[in-house]
Formats: sequence, C-alpha cells, structure tokens
Amino acid sequence: MEFQFSNWSEFMHMAGHGPYVWACYLITAIALAYLAIAPLRQRRLLFVELQRKARIEAREQQLKSKQAAESSSV
Amino acid sequence: MGWQWFHRLGSPRWFYEKTDAWMPWLAVVSVALLVIGSIWGLGFAPADYKQGNSYRIIYIHVPASFLALAGYYTMAISGAIGLIWKMKLAEAVVKCAAPIGAVFTFIALVTGAVWGKPTWGTWWVWDARITSMLVLLFLYLGVMALQEAFQHQDTANRASAILALVGTVNIPIIYWSVEFWNTLHQPATLKFTSESTIDPSMLYPLLTMIVGFYVFYAWVLLASTRSEVLRRERKTRWVNELAAAKAE
Repeated sequence: MEFQFSNWSEFMHMAGHGPYVWACYLITAIALAYLAIAPLRQRRLLFVELQRKARIEAREQQLKSKQAAESSSV
Repeated sequence: MGWQWFHRLGSPRWFYEKTDAWMPWLAVVSVALLVIGSIWGLGFAPADYKQGNSYRIIYIHVPASFLALAGYYTMAISGAIGLIWKMKLAEAVVKCAAPIGAVFTFIALVTGAVWGKPTWGTWWVWDARITSMLVLLFLYLGVMALQEAFQHQDTANRASAILALVGTVNIPIIYWSVEFWNTLHQPATLKFTSESTIDPSMLYPLLTMIVGFYVFYAWVLLASTRSEVLRRERKTRWVNELAAAKAE
C-alpha cells in the first residue's frame, strides 16, 4: 500500500476530480461536526437555565424567610 | 434476569447514568475510524480504472446511505416501542433519530449529486433510487415537523411514531429500486449473500468508513438522546442536582 499521488498539488487536483471529491468530504465533515456538537450545546443551555431557576428560587426563599422574621419581630 | 434490562431501560435516569461512561469511547473510536478511513480512501486506495479519482466519494456516499436507512429502522422501531409500551426513552429516541437521519440522508443525496456530475454528466436525475431517498429525507423532515407541531409532547410522540411506521413502506422500495428499474444508479456493490464486486484494496477502507459511520451514529444518537432525556426530565430532582453539580 502506497500513497497514490506523487505530490501534494496532484493530491488536491486528483486529475480534475479534486473539487468534486474534496467538496464532498468538506460538506460531510461540517455536517458530522454539527451532529457531534449540537447535543452538547443543548445540554449546556439546559444546565444554565436550570441553574438560573435555582438561583431565583433560592433568592425568593431567602426573601420570604426574611419577611417572616421581620413580621414576627414587630 | 431476562427482561429486567428492558424495564430498566425505560428509566431515563438509569439510561443517562449507564451511558455516561460510554460516550468518550464512542467519540474516540468513531473519530479515529473516520480519520483513518478517509486518509486511506483519499490517498492510499487505488484510483478506479473507469471513474478515476471521483469514485473516492464512495467512502462517504455508501456509509452515509447505510446510516440513512439504519437510522430509519432505529426511528421506526423506537416509535413502535413507544406506541406499544409507552416507554419514555423510546419516545425520546424517535425525536432524536429524525434530525440525525435527515443529515445522513442529506449527505447521501449531496455526495451522490456531486459524484453524478463527473460520472453521469448530471447533478440530478429522477432515478428510482434517488427519488426514493428524497422521499426518505421528507419522511425525516415530516417527523421533525410533527415533533414541533403539538403543544403536548404525548400527542407529538404518537403522531411522529405513526408517521415513522407508515413511512417504512419506503424502505423496501429504496432497496429494490436499483433492481426493479434499470436506470442510472448502479446496483449494490457490497453483498452479504455472494462475493462483493470490489477489490480488497478498495473494500477495506470502505469497511473502515462503514464501521466508523455506525459508531459515530451510535455516539451522536446517544448524546442527543441523553440531552433530550434531561430536557424532558428537567422538573425532576436528579436533573436539577446534575445541573447544580455542573455549576461548581
């Protein structure tokens, strides 16, 4: 098994078929990269949203207990 | 023993925790196979005596087409399981399998068109194989649209599962299209029942790419289903604890 092309530019050109072959590989690489990244991004966004909700809830809880403490002291 | 794993699989949390360790392995193996297979197919496999170098598109066209079909089985079978047993995990798989299958079908169609230009002299023909693959793409897009079309997830699950099952009539048409109608698309090169009509020097990189695509599919379908399971279970305690743990 050996490399089929004698130099780099011949490899790129592929006797005229280069643009077709490389375009296919490029499109596929982009599409597969998208498939790999999309679910990780989706999960990160969900975690960020849940963390934000948790912070808001904690603050509300704090406020409520503070109010309760104030009303009982009056 | 026996069916216990099947019931456990229905538990979103069990699924999420179980698959956690698999993800890096699937990623590494699939990327390694795809890189090795691409370099092998692009640079080291011999040129075709008839088509020259344009045939090197086969190393993505054929695996992508395989996955376009395998992805449809996955979606339809999950749809059936979701309809019959109301298994939450299977319902999430239907939703996740649709866009992934659509991308593979898209790759198969685009690489086929680009390959067709130097080989057949045209980007597109209304050949039976190509048309039935286009129908497959529309079926995937239909399931994606149905997932978004309903307010209630239950209705969306049922509607998309039914469309996925009805759409399976297209699968045998795709398989037999190259045998029934003798048009431009050539019959299958790889056969399970008889000797393949392809030289080993071209077959091995092709098999590497096919296995690489399958492992990649498993990886992205699992990753996508894991994210979808979290989204559907976002009101539960374990998901919120998970999110809190990630914040630190």
